[in-house]
Amino acid sequence: MLKVEGISRRYGDLTVVDKLSFTVNEGEFVALLGPSGCGKSTSLKMIAGLEMPDEGAIELDGRDITQLSPGERKLAMVFQSYALFPHLKVEENIIFGLQARKVSKDEQKRRLDSVVELVGLGDHLQKKPGQLSGGQCQRVALARAIVAQAKLCLMDEPLSNLDAKLRNEMRTEIRALQQRLGMSVIYVTHDQVEAMSMADRIVLMNDGKIEQIDVPKALYNNPQTIFTAQFIGSPPMNIIGSGKNRLGIRPEHIEISDKGMPANVVSCDYHGADTIVLADVGAAGEDQKLVKIRYPGHAMFEAQQRLLIRWDSGNEHRFPN
Amino acid sequence: MFSRFNLKAWLLLLPALSFLIAFTHWPTLKTIWRSFTWAKSDVAPSQFVGVENYQILVDDPIFWKVIENNFWYALGTVPTSIALAIIMALWVNSKIHCTSLLRLAFFTPTILPMITVANIWLFFYSPNIGLFNQLLGLVGIEGPNWLGDPDIALSSLMVMTVWKEAGFFMIFYLAALQTLSPDLFDAAKLEGASTWRIFRKITFPLLMPTTLFVLINAILNAFKLVDHLFILTKGGPNNESNLLLYYIYETAFSFLDSYYAATLTVVMLATLALIALVQIFVLDRRIHYR
Repeated sequence: MLKVEGISRRYGDLTVVDKLSFTVNEGEFVALLGPSGCGKSTSLKMIAGLEMPDEGAIELDGRDITQLSPGERKLAMVFQSYALFPHLKVEENIIFGLQARKVSKDEQKRRLDSVVELVGLGDHLQKKPGQLSGGQCQRVALARAIVAQAKLCLMDEPLSNLDAKLRNEMRTEIRALQQRLGMSVIYVTHDQVEAMSMADRIVLMNDGKIEQIDVPKALYNNPQTIFTAQFIGSPPMNIIGSGKNRLGIRPEHIEISDKGMPANVVSCDYHGADTIVLADVGAAGEDQKLVKIRYPGHAMFEAQQRLLIRWDSGNEHRFPN
Repeated sequence: MFSRFNLKAWLLLLPALSFLIAFTHWPTLKTIWRSFTWAKSDVAPSQFVGVENYQILVDDPIFWKVIENNFWYALGTVPTSIALAIIMALWVNSKIHCTSLLRLAFFTPTILPMITVANIWLFFYSPNIGLFNQLLGLVGIEGPNWLGDPDIALSSLMVMTVWKEAGFFMIFYLAALQTLSPDLFDAAKLEGASTWRIFRKITFPLLMPTTLFVLINAILNAFKLVDHLFILTKGGPNNESNLLLYYIYETAFSFLDSYYAATLTVVMLATLALIALVQIFVLDRRIHYR
């Protein structure tokens, strides 16, 4: 449905987005994931038409929209700051776009009623955004995006201004809404948990380029690059050895056993459900080689305590270069 | 209750308050009192005459003339300079080249003293050697006597005032525009709103607090700023460009009638207070403050 073909964006000598290409299918939830400054927000702005790509093309339903103004693209967008109009009532905020697009009054009313029910804003329609909590503002922004019935909805870190608990709730809610309405969504985030739990497919970006495009499970189980391996999963994958012998093993796949590789405990970090053990696997006299081990339950090992660790060879990851 | 805390607060307020009382409130009260008194000469003791001064005022054709002039002067300068200020602010706030130069250019009239401005414009407006009439002469038109013709003297003053004020108000609008989140405008653009619609529905309403502030100042200035009259017309010809404050000055210091000048001053103070009250109470309720 949406086809992004080799778009780039440069500011002077700095290439922020470098020949980005990916597609979004009808009804698909695609996450643009990457560390801050990787160019994911700029990419989204180019799709929205708020920035012009220096090269490449964007196609929506087979139509080239690269040169169209933001309004002509008829996309919906949820901003990180919510971008609610502070002087307008919630109701006026939601139907702002419908009024601008000259949708009939009856149709406006009908759509407003249905979307208000969907996101649960019934009691707040006459309030101004300043009187709402962060979560409620988020819902208004969401309602404004849904009511447009756009082909594609863009979301730019919509949950990053919410507290952790609310963020988890809204995550589930947005995903449920998206599936129920069959919306096509591009969702920009730097939070791998959001991407992994919500998206059908993830476009992982680093330094303006695509690292890997895959479904969440494949991104976790089959990372193609060391960056991907270390970006997805928490704590990040351990990389042991160097050159051709370099291999990756996830902390959750390492067992503390009675045989295997010797390791000296450096520190322990208790998380409740599990404990992250930091251990040194370097031979005596060599430099430290630190690995993290996810140990289920509570374990407080003494520093310098000697452990033996092992893992299934099936869980090892190898990287081509 | 006059607790220790209150005492301390009053002590802290005292320096500012004493200046305010000595130079604002006390003279105001004295002026009001004086407007009810009269004396034959400067040395004779003044005596209470009730509303006699006000009766003179009601019958004074020049008073009504300057009130009328001031009304047209305010109506001609305030909306125009505000509209120009908004347009200039939107322009220098956009992503064009040389915005700092433009900002400086627009702001220059403001940093000049009114007397200087009047002298510059005196050169523009002079009947024969003036810039405007020389330019008009080039295309074969004989320009009017900008300041001498009773029909256009006041309008000439208005043009100069707009030129002087618009840049000043632009600075307030520019500051206000820069506090607005660009996301709001991006969101509105994505929703398909036209430039005009964005201005009408988003930008202008969000600038309303600034507009109220500027409006009050502009109207007050329309009454307060008369420096240019000293240079350009001295209120003439035949009071056609005379304004209230200049008339007060003439009455007090040229005609040396400080009692009637006090009466005029009271009328002016009352008018300004009324305007400010109306603006603050009527417009305030319709403005969104963040």
